[in-house]
Amino acid sequence: MLRTFIRISPSSLRLTRPIRRCAQRSYATSYISPSSRYETYHGGQIKTYYNSTLTGLSPAENEFREAVWEFSARVVQPKVAAIEREGGDTETHEYKTLVEVHKEMAEMGLHGVTVPTEDLTSSLGLGLSYTHHLLAMEAISYSSASLALSYGAHSNLCVNQLSRWGSDEQRAQWIPGLLDGTYIGALAMSETGAGSDVLGSMRTVAKKVDDGYVLNGNKFWITNGPKADVFIVYARDVVEPGAKQTFTTFLVPRTTPGFSTGKPLDKFGMRGSPTCELIFEDVFLPSTAVLGDPASLQGKGAKVLMSGLDLERLVLSGGPLGIMQAAYDTAVEYVHQREQFGVPVATIGSMQAKLADMYTKVNTARTFVYAVARAVDGHNAEAQIQGLGPKDKGYTYPPFQRRDCAAAIMYATDKAIEVAMECMQCLGGNGYINDYPAARYLADARLYAVGAGTQEVRRWLIGREVNSDFE
Amino acid sequence: MRPSPARWLNILVPVKRAVDYAVKIRVNPQQTGVDMNVKHSMNPFDEIAIEEAVRIRERLPKGSEPLTITALTIGPPKSVETLRTALAMGADNAIHVEIPESAPAPEPLGVAKAIRAIIDKQKEKENVDMVILGKQAIDDDLGQTGQMLAGLLGWGQATYASKVELDLEQRNAVVTREIDGGLEQVRVRFPMIVTTDLRLNEPRYASLPNIMKAKKKPVTKLTPADLGVSFEPQMEVLKVTEPPKRVGGAKVDSVDELVEKLKAAGFTAV
Repeated sequence: MLRTFIRISPSSLRLTRPIRRCAQRSYATSYISPSSRYETYHGGQIKTYYNSTLTGLSPAENEFREAVWEFSARVVQPKVAAIEREGGDTETHEYKTLVEVHKEMAEMGLHGVTVPTEDLTSSLGLGLSYTHHLLAMEAISYSSASLALSYGAHSNLCVNQLSRWGSDEQRAQWIPGLLDGTYIGALAMSETGAGSDVLGSMRTVAKKVDDGYVLNGNKFWITNGPKADVFIVYARDVVEPGAKQTFTTFLVPRTTPGFSTGKPLDKFGMRGSPTCELIFEDVFLPSTAVLGDPASLQGKGAKVLMSGLDLERLVLSGGPLGIMQAAYDTAVEYVHQREQFGVPVATIGSMQAKLADMYTKVNTARTFVYAVARAVDGHNAEAQIQGLGPKDKGYTYPPFQRRDCAAAIMYATDKAIEVAMECMQCLGGNGYINDYPAARYLADARLYAVGAGTQEVRRWLIGREVNSDFE
Repeated sequence: MRPSPARWLNILVPVKRAVDYAVKIRVNPQQTGVDMNVKHSMNPFDEIAIEEAVRIRERLPKGSEPLTITALTIGPPKSVETLRTALAMGADNAIHVEIPESAPAPEPLGVAKAIRAIIDKQKEKENVDMVILGKQAIDDDLGQTGQMLAGLLGWGQATYASKVELDLEQRNAVVTREIDGGLEQVRVRFPMIVTTDLRLNEPRYASLPNIMKAKKKPVTKLTPADLGVSFEPQMEVLKVTEPPKRVGGAKVDSVDELVEKLKAAGFTAV
């Protein structure tokens, strides 16, 4: 076990006291002393005012964070313009740079952050916690929110669900390719008529036939739709009139006959991330396409869907956090350089107030999201010690998880939109020109108010959870 | 009869933890140095050195004897982070010569003597065939350690390398050097010293699986006393100041006026 030295005096270079750190992840928070009073650098390309003293990350988590920020700086930053430009290419829809970076992220090991390492199917799973996945998401989102959204959809919505619920054969078939960059994954839940009321209004139907199922319907707003090789699809089962409506989850490869994708959607923001409609026309799927063991998971689609939503919200919260930090960094640099009335505009009272609000919002949102991640990981760690997974009988659902994960993304999104809006204001006229990133930050942040659930649904959900305390 | 395959190759790569190259440094109020409370990372030329060692391993023909890459650093406790980066990039094991946080930064002669002591220690187990160093550290820009080490050991040296081609059968290497006049090629026998220049390679970023594997790789801790060396400074820093602020030039109307001004400033024809 290596001795790790942690500085406990907040000021300058004084003698430090060695503290033996347990290698196992614990709840213990630690004070990460800043290497600088103000800014920090990553990979020579990112200069950020990220405040690492407030994060409560363990030294190992902080090392992980630095590694992914370094990757984001060295690999993603140079390609941001290309990713955005190709996303707006309405002629060819190749997303060449996105696919390239997807492979580089695979080499980095980013696609299987939460996939267990002992998963006999692949060696690229890191077996780390949701905090790590959140940190990775935030780091990528800082450079390119579009890429981060595609990354989140691939690595959490698809890969993590497959890793948790898939059968041994399904994992063996898909996980190695999904982790090493060969395949891109996607998840399909929403439809044109089924957004917030995703289960009640779902029209995509799976009819049981002799040796499998036939799917008919459409899915809409599907991230990675145009490029994904495999889709996790939720469909409504055909049931007897009066019987309970059930849902089933399927694993659909792109090459399945009857399956096709529509033209990529022309979006306001997140333009680098490919999104489109999925069309199912009498798509035949064998019974082996049911996610997990058909015997136990057929008709259990709702359970699979709902269990994934919390973790999706938690990991995707890294998206707004990254955008927020980027918006703050851009604004604070700009207003200290721009001079009017003989002074940097940053020193004018009304601007100072803006900076103060932005700074506080970034750090409160981050601290809250990290705290929720710690709680989720803590519960998972305890459940693991007892040998229980979400599929097992004795598994107790942590009482606050649903509301906390919803609150995390709800709060982070609200603050990200506010900070991005203020960033645009701080840049003045330049905030309005696309040469500067302010417009992109705002457009990208706006997605999270409707993507992965709407703000309204999140509020309703938290309210309902609180109500249930009193039932 | 085929010549016997080359035996194990041992490469030693000393690395230094220096102020990150992107940091905007500021002179401290006492004018004795720069503010060190900033981001540090591995000296970029040392990253190139580690990368070259790893590439040499990757270029070895199939069936060759394995190659061991040892990373080495001399520094305060925090320097172990730099070793972990080296291990994550592909080094097999590491040596940390630990000096107190408050000690002054070691000077090239002290560093060269320490590396020599380590090579002598290693002789008991196996010989070091090659030492790859960065050509200079970006904090002091001294650029002396590699050359001093070669002198102390009596080994051949190929500095400012922009290409290294090993010949394991012949136990030598052809190194292309970047010199003022262009490129120069030298053939150096094992054991040798190589110092890296910028265009030798582009270092890889350490991937997450490798970073996690690196935690299990061995790091040996040594003290200067173990090696019998002292890092007593031979130089004393008198003063550190920022370069003078650039003042504007002046426009001249003719070549004659330019020549007049140059003469007045003390420039003479060569």
